[in-house]
Amino acid sequence: MALVLGEDQQLLKDSAKSFCEQIAPVSLLRKLRDSKDELGYDQAVWTQMIELGWAGMAVPESYGGFDFGHGGLGVVLEETGRTLLSSPLISTVLIGATAILELGNETQKQQLLPQIVAGELLTALALDEHTTHRPSRVATTATKVEGGYSLRGSKTFVLDGHIANKLITVARTSGETVSEQGLSVFLVDAAAEGVSIQRTIMVDSRNSSNVQFSDVVVPSEALLGDLDGAFKSLSKVLDIARIGVAAEMLGSMQAVFESILVYLKQREQFGVLIGSFQGLQHRAAEMYSEIELCKSVVRAALSALDDPEKSSQEIAVIASMAKAKLSEVFFLVSNEGIQMHGGIGMTDEFDVGFYIKRARVAQQFLGDAAFHRDRYASLNGF
Amino acid sequence: MQSLQDFREETRSWLEQNCPDSMRTAMVQEEVVWGGRNAEFTNPDSKIWLERLAQKGWTCPTWPAEYGGGGLDKDQAIILREELVRINARPGLTSFGISMLGPVLLEYGSHEQKLEHIPKIVRGEIRWCQGYSEPGSGSDLASLATKAELQGDTYLINGSKVWTSYADKADWIFCLVRTDFEVPKHSGISFILFDMASEGISTKPIQLISGSSPFCETFFDDVKVPASNLVGRLNEGWTIAKRLLQHERTMISGFGLSSGQSDNGGTTSTISSLEGTAMSYRGDSAKLSDPVLRDQIAQFKIDSDAFAYTSTRSIEESKQGQGPNATSSMLKNYGCELNKRRYELMLQAIGSQGLGWEGEGFNDEELQLTREWLRSKANSIEGGTSEVQLNVIAKRVLGLPDILSMAQK
Repeated sequence: MALVLGEDQQLLKDSAKSFCEQIAPVSLLRKLRDSKDELGYDQAVWTQMIELGWAGMAVPESYGGFDFGHGGLGVVLEETGRTLLSSPLISTVLIGATAILELGNETQKQQLLPQIVAGELLTALALDEHTTHRPSRVATTATKVEGGYSLRGSKTFVLDGHIANKLITVARTSGETVSEQGLSVFLVDAAAEGVSIQRTIMVDSRNSSNVQFSDVVVPSEALLGDLDGAFKSLSKVLDIARIGVAAEMLGSMQAVFESILVYLKQREQFGVLIGSFQGLQHRAAEMYSEIELCKSVVRAALSALDDPEKSSQEIAVIASMAKAKLSEVFFLVSNEGIQMHGGIGMTDEFDVGFYIKRARVAQQFLGDAAFHRDRYASLNGF
Repeated sequence: MQSLQDFREETRSWLEQNCPDSMRTAMVQEEVVWGGRNAEFTNPDSKIWLERLAQKGWTCPTWPAEYGGGGLDKDQAIILREELVRINARPGLTSFGISMLGPVLLEYGSHEQKLEHIPKIVRGEIRWCQGYSEPGSGSDLASLATKAELQGDTYLINGSKVWTSYADKADWIFCLVRTDFEVPKHSGISFILFDMASEGISTKPIQLISGSSPFCETFFDDVKVPASNLVGRLNEGWTIAKRLLQHERTMISGFGLSSGQSDNGGTTSTISSLEGTAMSYRGDSAKLSDPVLRDQIAQFKIDSDAFAYTSTRSIEESKQGQGPNATSSMLKNYGCELNKRRYELMLQAIGSQGLGWEGEGFNDEELQLTREWLRSKANSIEGGTSEVQLNVIAKRVLGLPDILSMAQK
């Protein structure tokens, strides 16, 4: 298990860091928010990210990718997390490409993955139907019709739904509403008749949406993975996504913490630097310790994804560990980010507010800390 | 040069032939080997195992061979450790000489001092104790007042120490003494070694809330120590003292890891699986029925695994560096807090059966748990309190302004 970055990964991380600092600082997200940008991401920046090869990071060379593994994508996500870069990297690269790799057949992989790598295809995962994440609770149905399937139902908290070309949609083809059995995944054209996408403006200024499927007919070839039996592979996709989001959260919390340290060393009250107060020092030291643990968990989880000997069960355990731990610590650090900056932390002009907003959305996304502690316990047999 | 693979194979086969069967079982507290002039071996295999390990220097695998150590490089030491873990081998020797004194003596001691003391540490012939805390100097360790006066080529030592672990059983002491009262407190401290059999030393065990007495008060009354026993330079003992504390903290942080290879400060719990224990005491089969306890155990286990990854990462990162650094304070603090959490959860898991003190109605493991839970409360006090560790992190790692700088002026 590689807990320390290799030389290649370190180089990639350094270059991603300088890209994000120079091309995509927090002010970019601020601009998108304030201008009520229709896309919600900057297309020119996304094009540069494609040119850097970030969309093919974890895609094998045989499908046009760069085979840099999840460890590679992870360090990029960590750096995009630092500046809260809003882009299709999570919806399309982390989740979309992974879903096609894990669930798709050879034809689908050959056709779709090179399009993702080239930036020609954007995807969104349409899974959740309720206010909290529970992947088996799917009421959206897909019924067999002549030459294909007809989908009916509604989805919520669909990341990047309104910019996606294809919706990776989880639907029930049999079984009860909460059963893990009977779930199937379909690739639905966002432009197909009966698809209605409503962009939702979220607190973190990233793209989300509600999606309605009103008797949307898709061809048989739109089925991604096994009919009725997609849950296992879907879980693997979700676990990879959870680890990627954990990596992104790691970057975000480090940015907040660095900002706190700068402030503690420059702000004076009572004639001394506030960083000399033990009440603040101890909280800072505790945050530092928690962030160090987060780094180790993320490194361990990313290296598990690139280790072919790890079972799905082992990956599930470490994914839930990572998502639970990172959610807890990002909660802590984002709260302290406001409190330790005092009044200025409450102002919109100062960036720290963007991070607490992002923290809550990232915590909820693909299961919060409580969801993952429960799952971790079940996976460990208690 | 021998390849690592060859080394692994040789090590494996040596262990196969030399590690007695009874040494491949979980350590029990009564059989921990501390060595020393009056070494006790309640299991005769312990003696054989220690002698065989010591012969190869493998009680101290990375120490230089010229002083009796194993002379292994870090990669080889990792392999040795992995192979020991693989067969669930017990540590052959547990000692403060290995975990605390040895590393600083190798760094700061003279050639003669190393020649005299290191081989005896490796072989477990001398048992060491630590003379640091004093009645008036706990967290403010540098205010210590035990006095060493030079008279000819001998120091005359007067004063007292407290919380001296196993002072009543130790053969020698590494001790902080004040050699200059006229300078700022950190600049007048020296680090000195002496024989506990010297005239003028007395010890008195302190009974703890757990009922055991691992610590002593230690009194020095005109104790004569040869001047050549001073380690490093006169009045520069604080540097050595701090370095040793880093090693001590690294050792104590191991308490947070539930590995058989670590000395966990007298807490060798035989009850290992929290969730398994909680379920069996409740008669649960598939799922722990108490949802709050279940959530707390899950959170604890996640933190515990994350901590174990962090310890490993810290070792990997220090491969390039120079042994433990300020992150040892982070590991010490987190590890101790984890260990305390573990015992609190264990008590909750067992309920009233975990609250027995002695006698009938409780099995040995339950009674041991009560005592260990109480003992664990010292983890965040010994080796520098958690609050002191947080101060060290704030100052040394985060570079925050020193809160004590005004107090010291």
